[in-house]
Amino acid sequence: MGVVDILIKFGLVLIIFLISLVIAMYSTYAERKIAAFFQDRIGPNRAGPWGLLQPLADGGKMFLKEEIIPTHANAFLFIAGPSLAIMTACIGSAVIPWGQQMTIGTRVIDLQVADINVGLLYIFGVVSLGVYGVMIGGWASNNKYSLLGAIRAASQNISYEISMGLSIIALLMVTGTLSLRQIAEQQHSWHWNILYQPLGFLLFIVCAFAETNRTPFDLPECETELVGGYHTEYSSMKLGFYLFAEYINMFISSAVMATLYWGGYNYPGMDWVLAHTGPAIGPLIGVVVLFAKIFLFIFFFMWVRWTIPRFRYDQLMDLGWKILIPLAIANIIITGVWMTFIK
Amino acid sequence: MSTFYFIAFLSIFFSILVITAKNPVHSILYLILTFFTFTIHYVLLNAQFLAIVNFIVYMGAILVLFLYTLMLINLNKESEPRKSNVVKIAGFVGGGCFLLTIIAAVKAFNISQPVVLNDPNLGLVKNLGKILFNEYLLPFEVSSVLLLSAMVGAVLLATKDPKTT
Repeated sequence: MGVVDILIKFGLVLIIFLISLVIAMYSTYAERKIAAFFQDRIGPNRAGPWGLLQPLADGGKMFLKEEIIPTHANAFLFIAGPSLAIMTACIGSAVIPWGQQMTIGTRVIDLQVADINVGLLYIFGVVSLGVYGVMIGGWASNNKYSLLGAIRAASQNISYEISMGLSIIALLMVTGTLSLRQIAEQQHSWHWNILYQPLGFLLFIVCAFAETNRTPFDLPECETELVGGYHTEYSSMKLGFYLFAEYINMFISSAVMATLYWGGYNYPGMDWVLAHTGPAIGPLIGVVVLFAKIFLFIFFFMWVRWTIPRFRYDQLMDLGWKILIPLAIANIIITGVWMTFIK
Repeated sequence: MSTFYFIAFLSIFFSILVITAKNPVHSILYLILTFFTFTIHYVLLNAQFLAIVNFIVYMGAILVLFLYTLMLINLNKESEPRKSNVVKIAGFVGGGCFLLTIIAAVKAFNISQPVVLNDPNLGLVKNLGKILFNEYLLPFEVSSVLLLSAMVGAVLLATKDPKTT
């Protein structure tokens, strides 16, 4: 691996990181605009044309607000909580294949940071690690509401991880590989996994909502019961990190769903486009297609948030343990039967 | 090799912190770090599957449950009763015996002849899967069915309506 290769990898990491942050920033704007649309309002429209500078204004406000650490809070863990939350949110993007290999001159560039052979499990591991940020922050705040939020986050995360894992097992039976690059390549020319795993995708998206703490599963920060949930005591950029982490998680899980089930960077007529645009520009169109899919999923996340009310806590546990897990096991059995007798 | 020594040092350092930390939640957090160093050990041994499974199962699930339980019961230094001296001495003697047994067991091994793997890529998912599903198919399937039935049984106990029993 030459110096140039390392520099290219480094540049790719930097670009993905910046894109994640910009998308997270503008997701807040999109969320407010979409909420306004659903509620027949106008939404933010003061900062810049159509309120486009609103996220920057919000960010500036977050940085300039007073930093408060409660007296009896554990200061180190109080700061470690949001840091951990944003770190686990950012490292998930390392294994996602953003496009096909680009060829510029004689140099082949992978549009993926690391193609490890356990990529799918890596994503799963990062997701399961994400709850620590919420738990540590909620506990270190030394506040009853925060603690309750943290405990809810832990039990919700564990419960929905099981059905998420089981739905991934059914997907693995179809793909036969854990590498996300190979999974994306297999879905070339309409072999999209959603056609083979419709039930699996449904289970996965419900679990993704639960793992990212989005409504209707946002019980850890349920403001009608818990003031602000795990981030009750947080102010300034530490609160900003928690909110940011949620939006980055949403972006990453949309990318994972698009890659695993909706064909990734593949699109109809791909070979024709690739033959006519050449190996340097062609893959970039695939990247644009992948991002279009990701934005559709992000819109779906917001659509659900402003349409469906929050679950009650017992309903959440019932859904996770009594409906999703049996369905996921049934899905594995159906997939097994289908692979043995029909395929 | 120097990476190994550094990570091994971290493992031992964090595990000592686990038992010396006064606050139980801190001790769990150190335990999480200890398990994370184990994951790095597995990666260094080229056992990627084991590394990621250790990461998911131990760090991502079991220790979350530990932390969850500790947060629920909320142990404090003040409210925790002091252990009597008899318990302390019994613990000291028991721990000493355990240490002695471990040292004896390690000494009994012949370390001067290290085991060399025939296939250094054994830990990759593909090779591990081939071995599990060829040589050890029956034990593997039996244990997986056992684990699945344990999980289904737990869910079934929870779904049972208390009014009908």
